[in-house]
Amino acid sequence: MPADLAGTANAVPAVVRVGVERAADRSSSGIGFEDVTVAYNGLVVLDSLTLAVNPGEIVALIGPSGSGKTTALRAVAGFVRPVRGRITIGPRDVTNVAPHARNIGMVVQNYALFPHMRAEENVAFGLRARGAAADVIRQRVPECLRLVGMASYAKRYPRELSGGQQQRVAIARALAIRPQVLLLDEPLSALDAQIRRSMLDELAKLHRELPSLTVLYVTHDQTEALTLADHIGIMRDGKLVAFGDAQSLYRYPPNRFSAEFLGRANLLPVQALVATGGGMARVRFRDGAFVARNHHALPDGGECLLCVRPHDLCLAPPDAASNALTATVKSVQWQGDMQSVELDVDGHLLRVSCAPMHAPPSPGAPLTVHFSATQATLVPETMVRG
Amino acid sequence: MADIALRLPVADERPAVNSWIAPPLLILAALFFFPLALIVRQALTGDGDVLSIAKFASVFASREFHHALGNTLTIALAATAGCLVLGFVLSVLIAFTPFPGSRVIARMIDTFIALPTFLVALAFTFIYGSAGMLNESLKALLHLDLPPVDFLYSQWGVMLSEVTVYTPFVMRPLLAAFSLIEPAQIEVAASLGARPLRIVSRIILPAALPALVAGGSLCLLLTVNEFGIVLFIGAKDVITLPLLIYDKAIQQFDYTTACVIAVVNVALSIALYSLYRFVVAYFGSRRAGLV
Repeated sequence: MPADLAGTANAVPAVVRVGVERAADRSSSGIGFEDVTVAYNGLVVLDSLTLAVNPGEIVALIGPSGSGKTTALRAVAGFVRPVRGRITIGPRDVTNVAPHARNIGMVVQNYALFPHMRAEENVAFGLRARGAAADVIRQRVPECLRLVGMASYAKRYPRELSGGQQQRVAIARALAIRPQVLLLDEPLSALDAQIRRSMLDELAKLHRELPSLTVLYVTHDQTEALTLADHIGIMRDGKLVAFGDAQSLYRYPPNRFSAEFLGRANLLPVQALVATGGGMARVRFRDGAFVARNHHALPDGGECLLCVRPHDLCLAPPDAASNALTATVKSVQWQGDMQSVELDVDGHLLRVSCAPMHAPPSPGAPLTVHFSATQATLVPETMVRG
Repeated sequence: MADIALRLPVADERPAVNSWIAPPLLILAALFFFPLALIVRQALTGDGDVLSIAKFASVFASREFHHALGNTLTIALAATAGCLVLGFVLSVLIAFTPFPGSRVIARMIDTFIALPTFLVALAFTFIYGSAGMLNESLKALLHLDLPPVDFLYSQWGVMLSEVTVYTPFVMRPLLAAFSLIEPAQIEVAASLGARPLRIVSRIILPAALPALVAGGSLCLLLTVNEFGIVLFIGAKDVITLPLLIYDKAIQQFDYTTACVIAVVNVALSIALYSLYRFVVAYFGSRRAGLV
């Protein structure tokens, strides 16, 4: 465990957990976006977003830079005002409510701790701003610092803390006001890979301890989204292009962009779809035929994409009814605990992730790969809501 | 071997460095230290050759010196306080509530610093003077015989002029300090429930304190030595130390008294400059986490 995480493995004292949890229960609220559009100088950066985050749920918004995910979060915080639509926190319409009156907790990428305040003063800031009584502040500040494993760092200034420790204080500061919702804007992006993994586990643990806390989590990192989120929204060019529970979205992406953005995907253009029953369909690719899941109930006869994840492609048939495909090896890369093989199939790139091989194939050699029909999904080129 | 190789060029370069320092030192000595030494000598010897602090004692005991010193400090402190308040408010508005033209105004501050100080006094004479725009308009409007606004030819007029002239000296470092505050800090503070006034007092002000103190110290130094504005305003009872030196030396030909007051003025300036440097160094170290 990294030094800055020391102390966090200890169980959170029951009295702290119960205290914070009860408070969260009282204030648990969902977030609603109803046709929310945000524009800067006429340029639309968030286009008709309609989305519901249920109370106690973690929803991750992911997408590339400029996709509008941070704008959506800032609209909930009140830092941008929609030109159209409505934002609700619980039953309350907050579209035109000032940020200080929204009762939200916010954690940002660069922590934004107040540098002239000690950790405990940072955590107490929101309580003081809301006019909390001195005994409430005395009780709640150490409670929140204990919750994030930073009780022993209360007297330190931000400059005396590591990145991970600063982020913990930022989380404690956001939780201290017992917000109705917690907004996390790329909270782990500034941390190195090892600390990020640990913090990800800590965030998951925190939500287990505060199950009624509603969280809107913005990230460009699919791993963070898949690990933490109950539901994931994928954004592109200011629009929500996919929304669903993390597993469904991963297994049955509703369009090409979602398939490529959430995890790595092999996408092959296939034709002449014929439904075979049981949610399966047969499609043609070159001279051969594949059977795959038709989760989105695409109509017969059409063209679509066959989506197979790299780790679902095997060198040996996984079952009797599996699909097979012969391709040419382009490159082989050893990546420690796995081997990545790139194949060329009629000009289409196919990636295979498998356990390290004793005798990997040479570039230019033919190779037959197999995949189970249940692990392959037919995906439309354009949008289908998941 | 490595030591020898490293030492030889240093030994060779030392005389060269000294010879480069000599010309500017000579120029500085001729233009600054020599006249300053002459002033100190005149203050200590008067017209004779014997060193004495008798003249200092008599100047320190004189009412006009007390009056001038009091005026100088009162005007300098009040003008500095005015500069700090006005500079802070204007800088916060320009930096955190952007409005059309705010960038142009921020750039104009530099231009303002470059202007001669008496220009403002001249402009104020046109606006607030006895026959200025404001008084003429009010006299016509209210059918008055005497000008109703009569503050310019007093300490207030000097202070207002100095606040106008020296506020940019506070704004410049403040705007630079504000540009270093992360916008996310302000947004997070607002999300935690802080209203704008609390954000200004608890987040922005502490971050700007070094710039505020440094700008204020500089203002104090400049206002203590301000001569043009006080002379141009020409307020009857407003005699400051620089003006008293001018009066003694040019109008009364009492060079010894002028030199004694000049030495006091220089000592005051050096003390204020030391304070300024100390503040800048102290906050600079704190910012780097060293203090």
